Amino acid sequence: MLDIALTISLTLVVLALLLNVYRLAVGPDMPDRILALDTMYINSIALIVLMGLWLNTKTYFESALLIAMLGFISTVAVCKYLLRGDIIE
Amino acid sequence: MIKPRPWLPTPLLSLLLLVVWLLLVRSLAFGQILLGTFLAVAIPLATHRFWDAQPHIAKPWLLLRFVLRVLGDILIANIEVAWLIVNPRRRLHPHFVEYPLMLKDRFTITLLANTISLTPGTVSANLRMDGKTLLIHALNARDEDALIAHIRERYERPLKEIYEC
Amino acid sequence: MTLYVILEGVIAFFLVAGGVFAFIGSLGMAHLRDFYMRLHGPTKATTLGIGCMLIASMLYFWVTQGKPDIQEMLITLFLFITAPVSAHLLAKTGLHMQLKHIDETGGRPPELRPEEIGEKPVPHPDRGHG
Repeated sequence: MLDIALTISLTLVVLALLLNVYRLAVGPDMPDRILALDTMYINSIALIVLMGLWLNTKTYFESALLIAMLGFISTVAVCKYLLRGDIIE
Repeated sequence: MIKPRPWLPTPLLSLLLLVVWLLLVRSLAFGQILLGTFLAVAIPLATHRFWDAQPHIAKPWLLLRFVLRVLGDILIANIEVAWLIVNPRRRLHPHFVEYPLMLKDRFTITLLANTISLTPGTVSANLRMDGKTLLIHALNARDEDALIAHIRERYERPLKEIYEC
Repeated sequence: MTLYVILEGVIAFFLVAGGVFAFIGSLGMAHLRDFYMRLHGPTKATTLGIGCMLIASMLYFWVTQGKPDIQEMLITLFLFITAPVSAHLLAKTGLHMQLKHIDETGGRPPELRPEEIGEKPVPHPDRGHG
């Protein structure tokens, strides 16, 4: 049962990533692309968590945490740049 | 409740840092607790000058109830928004709302804005520089006044009661 | 034995629910019609989806390894703190760039005042700059 659930979940997350790539390519504006990238970060965390379940290991949680932090910080940095023309004032 | 002291400016933050450290190293060994305590004291000491003062929590039990209520709202309202997105025959009526704030403290306004953003259907978009109105974008709202009244009764009043009574 | 079956069912439920929420969040981002509406999907549905998956993972490792380990709570906590902040910043960026919103949008078209985006450095509202 768990295998089936894991497969369904993985499929859905991969579809979500494809939708994000679509939005990233289509745009139409800069904030849309940032939003798509931010969502891709979060979905890739989901992918890593599911991979940890699949391989039955907890090794990857640190990387998930790092991706969460990097995603947040890069989103904030790009937003600041668009908003103010500068990141660190 | 531990009172703030010169060497411990923010007790709650220190506690949180200690817990996060122990979760990160995934161990409860004495050495790790010692190191975590040292970090939990040293980091706020080094950085607390950059922060606004945190308001005093007057009623911790109400805070717990507030957190539970927000978690419940996130669950229920997420299902509603998921239905709005999936439903093919939907007619969405997005709405920009200027929400007049009752709270004055910057920390509690931040909390309110985060709560509004986490509860589906609404995203806080901009806080005016004078700190009196919050711009909210609602995904599907026809009645501006009803939305304002809902947020005020459900989130802002409890926050005010918890922090600024 | 039955306990394991029930636990397995719960874990499977959380996994599928997480996947569905993550997918719906991205679906909302892909096909809603203006930027401000697209913002709603990812920030909330996706975050909740990850929360569900992390709960499933936590339960799974608890059952298989026999001892509770709440390290996943860190990621959940972090995401629930950061998601509204990035949503707020993105919405503000959208307002600043004056992105179009669809005609059904009610309310006054928002304008950012010059002091909210304009000249830098912005003085701290309480103390002034430096």
